[in-house]
Amino acid sequence: MTREITGAQSLVHSLEAVGAEVVFGIPGGAILPAYDPLFDSTRVRHILVRHEQGAGHAAEGYAQATGRVGVCMATSGPGATNLVTPIADAYMDSVPMVAITGQVASAAIGTDAFQEADICGITLPITKHNFLVQSADDIPRTIAEAFHLAGTGRPGPVLVDLPKDILQGRTAVLPHEVWPPALDLPGYRPVTRPHGKQVREAAKLISASRRPVLYVGGGVLKARAAAQLRTLAEMTGIPVVTTLMARGAFPDSHPQHLGMPGMHGSVAAVTALQKADLLITLGARFDDRVTGRLASFAPKAAIIHADIDPAEIGKNRTADVPIVGDCREVITELVAALAAEQRPDLEGWWHTLDGWRRTYPLGYETPPDGSLAPQHVIERLGRIAGPETIFSAGVGQHQMWAAQFISYENPYTWLNSGGAGTMGYAVPAAMGAKVGCPDATVWAIDGDGCFQMTNQELATCALEGIPIKVAIINNGSLGMVRQWQTLFYDKRYSNTELGTHPASPRTGVKRVPDFVRLAEALGCVGLRCESAAEVDETIEKAMAIDDAPVVVDFVVHPDAMVWPMVAAGASNDEIRVARDLAPDFDYTGDAEVNL
Amino acid sequence: MTTHHTLSVLVENKPGVLARVSGLFSRRGFNIESLAVGPTEHADVSRMTIVVAVDDLPLEQVTKQLNKLVNVLKIVEMDTSVSVQRELLLVKVRADLAVRSQVLETVALFRAKVVDVAQDAVTVEATGTRDKLDALIRMLEPFGIRELVQSGMVALGRGSRSITDRSLRSVERTA
Repeated sequence: MTREITGAQSLVHSLEAVGAEVVFGIPGGAILPAYDPLFDSTRVRHILVRHEQGAGHAAEGYAQATGRVGVCMATSGPGATNLVTPIADAYMDSVPMVAITGQVASAAIGTDAFQEADICGITLPITKHNFLVQSADDIPRTIAEAFHLAGTGRPGPVLVDLPKDILQGRTAVLPHEVWPPALDLPGYRPVTRPHGKQVREAAKLISASRRPVLYVGGGVLKARAAAQLRTLAEMTGIPVVTTLMARGAFPDSHPQHLGMPGMHGSVAAVTALQKADLLITLGARFDDRVTGRLASFAPKAAIIHADIDPAEIGKNRTADVPIVGDCREVITELVAALAAEQRPDLEGWWHTLDGWRRTYPLGYETPPDGSLAPQHVIERLGRIAGPETIFSAGVGQHQMWAAQFISYENPYTWLNSGGAGTMGYAVPAAMGAKVGCPDATVWAIDGDGCFQMTNQELATCALEGIPIKVAIINNGSLGMVRQWQTLFYDKRYSNTELGTHPASPRTGVKRVPDFVRLAEALGCVGLRCESAAEVDETIEKAMAIDDAPVVVDFVVHPDAMVWPMVAAGASNDEIRVARDLAPDFDYTGDAEVNL
Repeated sequence: MTTHHTLSVLVENKPGVLARVSGLFSRRGFNIESLAVGPTEHADVSRMTIVVAVDDLPLEQVTKQLNKLVNVLKIVEMDTSVSVQRELLLVKVRADLAVRSQVLETVALFRAKVVDVAQDAVTVEATGTRDKLDALIRMLEPFGIRELVQSGMVALGRGSRSITDRSLRSVERTA
């Protein structure tokens, strides 16, 4: 007689076979059968989170820090819909993730049963693909396909929806006997090898260029091509800009690095793109936050655009040399093709670039009232924690300052929600990253607004032994929104004050919530820092604690703003170094380059 | 320039594929003018014929996005000059004894046929291009159209080549 197992056992055995080492999730009615065999698994660690959104972002943080596929699990209905935000986030940032959801029994689907939601329908536009499993026999193949889809080509989230009767049903298809199962994905054929002719064409353009820029996006990190990028940059001498999703792909300390482009990019990076005659675009997608007004973006530049997703090429900006392929293969072949070409002469270009760098370095003002500058906190955090530390950020001012004022020297040390801009990403993502990289120090840099969206996962961290560190950049408000109100809404601060400061100017309420006491209530160590003099010692105190999560409430000046800035919808030519202060764009020092 | 484009899309014959394809069009901001789905000579493969009115550049983008759908096997744009494109029309026309012969004459002119007759109405079946069917409807309108239904367009390339050959082989190989 053939041995049979349940669908739930098949699921857990398949997760083991595919190499999933950790699942972030919460049980509930429909997924309950899966939690029984999961209880016995010695190879898959389940981490019980406090909210499904935390499970999703934790899976993302795990995936972005390790490069492996992150896994989250939830029950049907509200459990599954709570995963929607992190799934959308993973879709926007191309994060490899598999979400496993319980579903009501097959016979009840479509009847508005208890805790029923059409999660496949809901996630159709925000997943790379999704599956509603219809037979327990299909579980091993479906899990294998889900991981394959999530982790290859342009990575992304894949959802597997499992009706309860499928989990409870029996199957003679044993994962360990059929592994690896044959994949049935005839319509999925990602192109990874670039076209040789296109690469040679690109090499020719590079060789003939006078003002080229390597415009580097998250695709370079996804392709694990940081080393190849460095080779390409150093052999050609071409300046590099790294987008928000690519911070760490090229060392910030490298003399060829101009910093981050975009809405809050450095003047040198933004202007280099504007004045370039050639953009070598690698795994980037001409996002509106990078290009500003598209019609006036890099007006004189020819475009080489390499991406693994053909749909990105020509989507926003027409490419002169389109290259479909994995960035590591593209760069490797580009380096080989360039060996036969002349190096571009970039002396004049560098002269100009260095002039911009010298004249418009990143900077900030120290508040005259002696209160803390948020940029100072973040800068010191970067210095003291060091380049091996993994940083995750929420969304807003603190995120931009963390992207600007920390020197990223290594790939996969900067995790954030770039495309979706999901507030609340930092704490659960840091948790996931720490699980994936237990030997690394992991700091979440969060805002007082973001922190209040997902801080419940600190309870998970405290109980599961995941000692992350959290720096709350507490300016007492939804800072980025407030900045826009300051600049564009006549300082009418509609609904942006949070009352987390020592004394709220509007209500007089003090510290609601008190983050130190909240941290302690969640089983963490709570620290507070309110002056520049205490910053270093507070960070060092937090660094010394290794056996519990630490939360530091950095109470910072409420009016600090993120600069430089290109206003939404404006041209990059209208970048402001500070309020009402435009750089002299045509400044070239005594350069001979004719822009 | 905004023109009509006819796309033949070969997809895996699986539940939910129609929703994936139609949802992609709407969320990327394209209106589907006509859509027809049906089986092919291969049981695992369905064929969708989609007519959209878009500029050339957005068409390229939507085609690339369609290609990313895991269940989509192949997309071919059917140029009107090298393909046969047909729609089916069923129309119920008021036709009492006084005008019936005139109705039947019009039907004959368009090489359509009557598929049902009642005391005061006939039901006409016609196939053809959109232009021909529009012309027929215009001619029948004065008699009084009681009800009308049209299928989406289907299209097939002219000549001996088949767009299903290569993609079907890949299905068989992995099956």
